[in-house]
Amino acid sequence: MSSARDQILGSIRKSLGRGALEGEDAARLHRRLATPSRNLIPDRTAGLDRDGLARQLVGKLGEAACSVDEVASMAEVPGRIAAWLQRENLPARLVQAPALANGLDWSKAPTMEVKTGTADGSEDTSVTPVFAAVAETGTLMLLSDAPTPTGLNFLPENHVAVVRRSQVVGPLEDAWSKLRAARAEAGAAAAGAGMPRTVNLITGPSRTGDIEQRIQMGAHGPRRLHVIVVDD
Amino acid sequence: MQSTSRSFKQNAHHALQDATLQRALGNIKTGFQEKRRQVIAALPEFEALRDAGRDIKNHTLANLDFYLERFEERVTEAGGVVHWCRTPAEARQTILEICRRRNARTVTKGKSMIAEEIGLNEFLEANAIEPVETDLGEYIIQLRHEPPSHIIAPAIHVTREQIADDFRRHHSDLDPNRRLEEPRDFTDEARAKLRDRYFQADVGITGANFLIAETGSTVIVTNEGNGDMTQLLGKAHVVVASLEKVVPTLDDAATILRLLARSATGQEMSVYTTFSTGPRRPGDLDGPEEFHVVLLDNGRSAMLGTEFQEMLRCIRCAACMNHCPVYAAVGGHAYGWVYPGPMGAVLTPSLIGVEEAGHLPNASTFCGRCESVCPMRIPLPKMMRHYRTREYERGLAPGTVRAGLSLWSFLATRPSLYRFVTGMAAWTLGALGRRAGRFKSLPMAGGWTGVRDLPAPEGRTFHTLWAERQGAERRGSGGTGR
Ligand code: SF4
Repeated sequence: MSSARDQILGSIRKSLGRGALEGEDAARLHRRLATPSRNLIPDRTAGLDRDGLARQLVGKLGEAACSVDEVASMAEVPGRIAAWLQRENLPARLVQAPALANGLDWSKAPTMEVKTGTADGSEDTSVTPVFAAVAETGTLMLLSDAPTPTGLNFLPENHVAVVRRSQVVGPLEDAWSKLRAARAEAGAAAAGAGMPRTVNLITGPSRTGDIEQRIQMGAHGPRRLHVIVVDD
Repeated sequence: MQSTSRSFKQNAHHALQDATLQRALGNIKTGFQEKRRQVIAALPEFEALRDAGRDIKNHTLANLDFYLERFEERVTEAGGVVHWCRTPAEARQTILEICRRRNARTVTKGKSMIAEEIGLNEFLEANAIEPVETDLGEYIIQLRHEPPSHIIAPAIHVTREQIADDFRRHHSDLDPNRRLEEPRDFTDEARAKLRDRYFQADVGITGANFLIAETGSTVIVTNEGNGDMTQLLGKAHVVVASLEKVVPTLDDAATILRLLARSATGQEMSVYTTFSTGPRRPGDLDGPEEFHVVLLDNGRSAMLGTEFQEMLRCIRCAACMNHCPVYAAVGGHAYGWVYPGPMGAVLTPSLIGVEEAGHLPNASTFCGRCESVCPMRIPLPKMMRHYRTREYERGLAPGTVRAGLSLWSFLATRPSLYRFVTGMAAWTLGALGRRAGRFKSLPMAGGWTGVRDLPAPEGRTFHTLWAERQGAERRGSGGTGR
């Protein structure tokens, strides 16, 4: 391979006073990567049941400056989104992730203009599902895929994320386990050890403190992040 | 970037007399320090997590070659390319070639200290490619043709009035009557201006907070979302990262993420933590067609196995500079190169040489706050002392410093004498300055009091206070894992 590569690796080994790792030394590290173990995890979410996790999530979402709506079923979601847009004085149109096209029945919100796909920057509001929600910190995990394009998470001014209660986990490590399990099941080992192109961990709406350290929402990404937690 | 680290003293002198800068720096205490304190108080495991973070990085550095090779394998499997670069020149050339292959006219950039380190913007401009900084702070300093003065808040030295002037000068279509006063006005103006640039860009360049060996992912941590737009909308995504950014697994990254945002901005998590693995996949509706990782050494592999190895644990959180009395007094530009504050005082001489930056380790009061807040437990004062010793041994220090240091070391190796002498000095100063609380001038310290007042000591030395504090902590320790 390239000589720069060999020289850098050689320089590292020289500084460390050894050659390339072999035998049991290398095998041990291969095992550490193949079966990742967890480090210290904060107690914060330990032992919480489903309700407890949902409560912790909602509290943390609030701290991260999200607005939250809790509903009993997916059927209620379109109406609640329409009501939220109205409350916030936002136009009644949105773009939804293809993944939600079959799950959300917009006939109950007939005045809403709905398109499906990714965002091109002209949309005011997007609606997406999530892959998991981390109760520890109020963090949403979203994966890029054809039915869940990443543009929806960043380009519109307002982002509505639909979280099912069964997707709520305690610490971030639980979300990684869930991701590894899902990718193994899908047999997606070919690309990037099963990682989708993008994994977004999102904790609240976009902000900046670059003007005299005063926090402003909506720097480049969404100004508002509205989370709908659905009992499922 | 050209360094002016040699002139630290003159730089600092100017900084202290710059009233606008002094006003801007005043925000650090109420902002970063207080927020960090609160968020850490809410996490009982924080101290134990610092140990865990340190151990992960130590393990990684001891096996750095192994983890970098695994990282490269995974990137390749995902359809990306890793480019190994020994020097800034190699990194710049690699990036230029990628841009040329795509016939790039403009590139958008997320915030990257490595891009600063290799002087990427000037180089691209010289090659007729326009770099557009998209982080608001970086955008502001790009308009001002200034280097960043802080590693996470690059425009911390600039006031609102100055930004208003910059925007009016550069945004030619800006209505002269448009209000530019509140922070919101600036955010809106920059948001609108940069929107188009993302879509026009041929290549998007970001840095990386982590590289994950398990998955071949690069990770950026931001609050604005600019780095995400940069990598999503460019046709090729180029990640510039130094090689010590690698960690073994996603779980290891999770541990260090718990330290990073808390230490940096006082958030539990930054708004956007993004893991990128390879280019867009078949069927994806968006994302870059190419994925490149430009992996920079620039002297780091040679730091391994030396007394400066521990510096490679740094996660660039900026807590050390946010809590540094010297940084708070002179700001980041005085340090003269890319990395300011205590971490810069150690890293800069390691990367660009003691001749160029040997003064920086002297820019310290050895108060120890940097080490006490560093989430990766990097012994910054100890390493600054190593450099001082080196500088001293090489005879680079001027005669008065050598004389002073000899006296100090005579006293320091005789603890009871040291305590007696410093105790006398503190008592005397305390008694003299008690009425006003500050000294306008002091014999033999004109270099300091010429530009600012020296607070009068309370009349007790650090040693006395420390002994009292330790006693109090032992008595009152409730056992929260300190
Ligand atoms: S030296 Fe420590 S405190 Fe300073 S930036 Fe690095 S990790 Fe943060």
